[in-house]
Amino acid sequence: MEYAHATGALSGIWLLIAIPLVSAAILLFLGKRADKWGHWLGVLAVAASFVLGLIFFFSLRGLDPEQRSAELSLWDFIAVGNLHVDFGLLFDPLAGVFVLLITGVGSLIHLYAVGYMEHDPGRRKFFAYFNLFVAAMLLLVLGNNYVMLYFGWEGVGLASYLLISFWYTRPSAATAGKKAFLMNRVGDAGLAIGIFMMFATLGTTQYDEVFGNVSALSSTTVLIMGLLLLLGAAGKSGQFPLQAWLPDAMEGPTPVSALIHAATMVTAGVYLIARSNAIFTANTTLQTVVVSVGALTLLIGCIIGAAKDDIKRVLAWSTVSQIGYMFLGVGLGGGAYALAIIHLLAHGFFKANMFLGAGSVMHGMHDQVDIRRFGGLRKYMKWTWLTFMMGWLAIIGIPPLSGYFSKEPIIAAAFERGDWTSWLYGMAALLGAGLTAFYMTRLFVLTFHGPERYTEDNKHPHESPFIMTVPLMLLALGSIGAGWLMSTSVPGWLEPVFGPEEAHHEAVIPHTLIQILGIVISVAGAGLAWAMFRRGTALQEQPAGVVVTAARRNLYTDAFNEAVFERPGIYLTRALVYLDNRGIDGLVNGIAAGVGGSSGRLRRLQTGFVRSYALSMLTGAVVVVGAFLAIQLGWLA
Amino acid sequence: MEDLQLPSIDYGALLPMLILFGAACVGILIEVFTPRRSRNPIQLTLGFLAVTAAFVAVIVQHSTRKITIGGAVAVDGPTVFLQGAILVLGLVSLMLIGERSVERGGPFVSQAAITVGSQKDLKQAGDQPGMTEVYPLTLFALGGMMLFVAANDLLTMFIALEVFSLPLYLLCALARRRRLLSQEAALKYFLLGSYASAFFLFGVALVYGFSGGISLSQVHAAVVDPQRSQILLYAGLAMIAIGLLFKAALAPFHVWTPDVYQGAPTPITALMAACTKVAAFGALLRILYVAFDGVRWDFQPVLGAIAVLTMLVGAILAVTQTDMKRLLAYSSVANAGYLLVGVLALNEEGLSGTMFYLVAYGFSVLAAFGMVTLVRDADGEATHLARWAGLGRKSPLFAATFTFILLAFAGIPLTSGFTSKFAVFGAAVEGGQTWLVIVGVVTSMLLAFPYLRVVVMLWLSEPGESTPTVSIPGFLTSAALVIGVAATFALGVMPAPLIDLTRDAAQFVR
Repeated sequence: MEYAHATGALSGIWLLIAIPLVSAAILLFLGKRADKWGHWLGVLAVAASFVLGLIFFFSLRGLDPEQRSAELSLWDFIAVGNLHVDFGLLFDPLAGVFVLLITGVGSLIHLYAVGYMEHDPGRRKFFAYFNLFVAAMLLLVLGNNYVMLYFGWEGVGLASYLLISFWYTRPSAATAGKKAFLMNRVGDAGLAIGIFMMFATLGTTQYDEVFGNVSALSSTTVLIMGLLLLLGAAGKSGQFPLQAWLPDAMEGPTPVSALIHAATMVTAGVYLIARSNAIFTANTTLQTVVVSVGALTLLIGCIIGAAKDDIKRVLAWSTVSQIGYMFLGVGLGGGAYALAIIHLLAHGFFKANMFLGAGSVMHGMHDQVDIRRFGGLRKYMKWTWLTFMMGWLAIIGIPPLSGYFSKEPIIAAAFERGDWTSWLYGMAALLGAGLTAFYMTRLFVLTFHGPERYTEDNKHPHESPFIMTVPLMLLALGSIGAGWLMSTSVPGWLEPVFGPEEAHHEAVIPHTLIQILGIVISVAGAGLAWAMFRRGTALQEQPAGVVVTAARRNLYTDAFNEAVFERPGIYLTRALVYLDNRGIDGLVNGIAAGVGGSSGRLRRLQTGFVRSYALSMLTGAVVVVGAFLAIQLGWLA
Repeated sequence: MEDLQLPSIDYGALLPMLILFGAACVGILIEVFTPRRSRNPIQLTLGFLAVTAAFVAVIVQHSTRKITIGGAVAVDGPTVFLQGAILVLGLVSLMLIGERSVERGGPFVSQAAITVGSQKDLKQAGDQPGMTEVYPLTLFALGGMMLFVAANDLLTMFIALEVFSLPLYLLCALARRRRLLSQEAALKYFLLGSYASAFFLFGVALVYGFSGGISLSQVHAAVVDPQRSQILLYAGLAMIAIGLLFKAALAPFHVWTPDVYQGAPTPITALMAACTKVAAFGALLRILYVAFDGVRWDFQPVLGAIAVLTMLVGAILAVTQTDMKRLLAYSSVANAGYLLVGVLALNEEGLSGTMFYLVAYGFSVLAAFGMVTLVRDADGEATHLARWAGLGRKSPLFAATFTFILLAFAGIPLTSGFTSKFAVFGAAVEGGQTWLVIVGVVTSMLLAFPYLRVVVMLWLSEPGESTPTVSIPGFLTSAALVIGVAATFALGVMPAPLIDLTRDAAQFVR
C-alpha cells in the first residue's frame, strides 16, 4: 500500500493539530490574564480546525478514489540505526471522517461548555485542557505510523485524566481520575508492547510498510500482536475486561463526558482496530476474539445500564455497550468495518446530544443526577426534552433516525458470519438492542415524564441558556439525519482504506426478518419500560432479585478486580517494599556511602596548591608515557 | 642565491581567522584612540560584527576541502564545522561577557590592584562601563581556537595553543568580585598551562625526531613505516597527548579545572567550558585521526583508561561539591570523559558524534553559567549550593529553566544531553569500545545524583531570609539564555539536522 504525498491545500494538514495546541499553550501560559476571553479563544481554535478540516475533506474528495490519501512527512522524529520513525501525518478517508467528527462535534461541545462552565473559576484552564485534548486526538487519528498514534494516545489519556479530576478537590473526582489513569495504563502497556513487536518483527511502524508486510509474519505473531493492540483498544474504549473506569469518569464536567467519554476518545480503540484492519483480517482467531469482546461488552453495558439511577452513569454504560457494537462490527471484518465506523459517527452525534442534554438537566436542577428525583421536566425544558427525545429515538433504533441505519446493519452482519457463531453473536446483538430500548426509555421517561419527584431545593427547574440549547439543536439534527446520510455514502468513501466489500456469507435468517425483528424487539423493550416507569419509581433503592442486584454492583466486576488484582497487588507491593528496604536499599546505600566516602577522600587531593597539582600532572605524565612505552615493548597487551 | 619559493596562500580559506585577528587588532587601537565612555558599545559592536562576519565566511566556504600555506592549515569538514561551532558558541559567550546591567560596572574590573569596596573602587565602578580590553582578548582567544582546530602541522598547532591560551589566562584574572580568588586562579592556570605546553612542545620535538617532519601527513607516513624507532614515536605521542588532555580537562590533568572555573569571572568560565572544549577536542581529533591513525590499537587502551578515570573522578567528586561553579566544573570534567569515549570510537560515527556532543554541551553549559551570574546577593554571585535552596518558590521561571538544564546534563530524553550521549556511546559500541560505554552509563547515573540534589534543593526547600535574589537579566544575558535553552531543547527533540551536518563534515583531509 502506497500513500500519495500531500500537495496543494492538503500540505497544511499539520495546522489542524497546531491550532488547538497553540491555543492550549496560550491559555496555560498566559494564566489569569486570559481569564476574560480565554474560553472564546478555545472555541475559536476548534472551530478553525473544523473549517480547515472541511476544506481538506473536500480537497480529498476532489481527488481520484485511488489517490485519496495525503501523507505529510514533517521531520525525521527518531533515527537510530535501522529504526526510523517519521513525525508524519496521513490524511486519508478514514482520518478525514474522524477529523470532521472530532472538530465538528468538538466545536459544538466547546460552545456549550462556554455556558456550562460560566460560573466555574477554572474555566480558562478547562478550555486549555479541552484544546489540548482536541490536539492530541487529532494527532492520534492523523499520524502516519504507530508511534505518532501512541503519542496522541497518551496525549488524550493525559487530557482525559486532567479533565476527569478537573474538580480535584472532590475526593470522588480525584479517585475516578486515578482509576481511569491506572486502568488505561494496562491497556497502554499492551499497545506499547504491540508496537515494540512491530519494531522487532517488521523493523518499522509506518502504516504502509506494516500493512504491506503483515502477510510475511507467522500467524502466531499476528495473533499476539493483534491481541496486544486489542488490549490497548479495550483499555481506551472501556471494553471488557477494562470497562470499569468509564462510568466513574463521569465525575468530570458534563461537556468532558460528552466529548471525551462518549463521542471521541473512547472510540479511539475502534479507530485503532479499523486502522489496523490488515493485521486483524490476517487472523481469524483474532477476529473471533474481537467479536466476542464486543458482544460480551455490549450485553454487560446494557444489563448494568438498566440498573443504574445516575443519569450520567446510565449514559456511560450505554456508551460502553454501544462501543461493544462497534467492536462487534470491526471484529466481523470485511464490509462491517465501514458499518462500525458509521455507527461510531452516528453514536458521536446522538450520545453527545444526550450527554449535553443530561448536562442541561443538571444545570436546571442544581447538579442533581439521580433520575429518581426528576420527572415531568418536559414542561420546564422544552428544548432539552425535544432534543433528548431525538437522541433517545436514535439510540434505540427507530427508523428513520440515525441509530436505525447504523445499528441494524451491524446486527444483520453478525447473523451473516457464516457458521453456528452467527446465531450466538446475532442473538446477542439483537438482545442488546432490546435491552438498550428498555433502559434508555426508562431513563427518558423517568427524567422528562411522569410525576415530579424533586428534592426540596429543586422546586423550580429552568431551561438552559441559548448558548447551551443551540448546540443541542444542531446535535439533534445530526441524530436525526446523520445515519441515513452516511449509510449510503460512507461505505464507498472508506473503500480505499478497507478494500472492496467481499461477497459475504448467506445470512442464517433473511435480512428483512432481521430488520423486522430488530424494530419489534426495540419497540417491545421501550414499551415495557414505558409501562413500568410512566408513573414514576420508588425514591429509594428497593430490594431486588439476583440479576438486578448483580447489575447494581456492576456485575461484580469491581469486586472481581479488587479480589484478583488489587489485593494480591497490595500484598506483592508490600513484599517488594520489604525486599527493597532490606535487600536493595542496603546495597544502594552501601554504594552511595562508598561513592560519598571516596569523593570525600579524593577531595583532599584538591589542595589548591599549584605544586601539588603539578606533581599530580607529572605523575600522570610518567604513567601515560610509561604505559605507551610498555605497550610498545610488549609488556602490556 | 636561489629563489625563495613562497608557499601559496588561499586567503579565502583563512578569511574567518583573518577577520577575527584583524578585528582584535582594531579593538586594541580602539582602546587607545577612543574616549573611555564610548568604548564599551564600540567594542561590543565590533566583537559581534567580527564574529558574525567570520561565521558568514565559514558558511561561504562550507564545501572547501584543502590544505594551504605550505601545509600549515587544513580546511576540511571538521575544521569548517568546529570553527562554525566555536563562532556560534563564542557569540553567545560574548553576549554574557558584554552584559553590564546585572552588576554595576560589569563583571570585569579594569584596575585589579584597587582594594575591593574602597572609595576608588566604587568610583571606578560608577564611572566606567567596566573593562573593555576583554573584547579584543576574547577575539584573540576565539581566533586562536579556530586556528587550533585547523592546524595541520605540529608547530602551527603549538602556536595556536599559545595564541588562545594567553588571552584566557588574562581573562581569568579580571573578576570584579572575589578578586584575589580570580587572580590566584589565573596564576594557577598560567603556571600549569605553561607546564602542559612544555610537555606538548617536547612531544613535538620527539615526534620530529621520529618522523623527520612536523606536518601531520609526514607523521602519518612515518607511523605506518615499520623501520623507525618506535620509542620516540610513543614517547612523543604520549607527551603531545598530555598537552591536549590538559586543555580538554581530562584526569589526571584536570586538577586546574575546579579552581580556575570557580575563580574566573563567570562569563569567562562559560567561554572556557564551551569554546575551549571545542578547540581542545578538535585538535585531539585531528592529531589522533590524521597523524597517529596507524597506531590506534596502541593508544586506544591508554586513552581509554584515561577516559574511565576522568568519568569516575568527575562524577565522584561532583557528589560532594558545595559550590555551584565547582559542581559545574566537575560535571565538565566528566563530560570531557564522555567526549573522549566518542573520540576513541575511532570511526566516522565517533567523529560526527563527538562534534555533535561538543555543540550540544556547549549550548547547555553556556546557559548554565549564564544563569549562575544571575543569583546574587550583596557580595556578588551567591554560588554556594546552600544559598540556592528554595529558589523555586521565589523565582519559579528561573528555577524551572535551571532544572531543565540540569536534566539535560543528566541526559534525560527530550534534551540534547540525551541525544548527544546517545551519539557518542552508540559510536563507541560500534567502534568496539563497549567497556567505555558501560563506565559511561554507570557514571552518568552517579552524576545524576548531584544534579538532582540541586533540583531537590531548588524546589523542595523553603526559601530563607538569606536566600539571594535572582537578578533581572539584561537583554544580552536573556538572549544568551534563550539561545542556550532553546538549543538544548531543539537538539533533544530534533537532532537530525545537526547530526546530518556533522556526518557530512566527518572527513579529514590529510
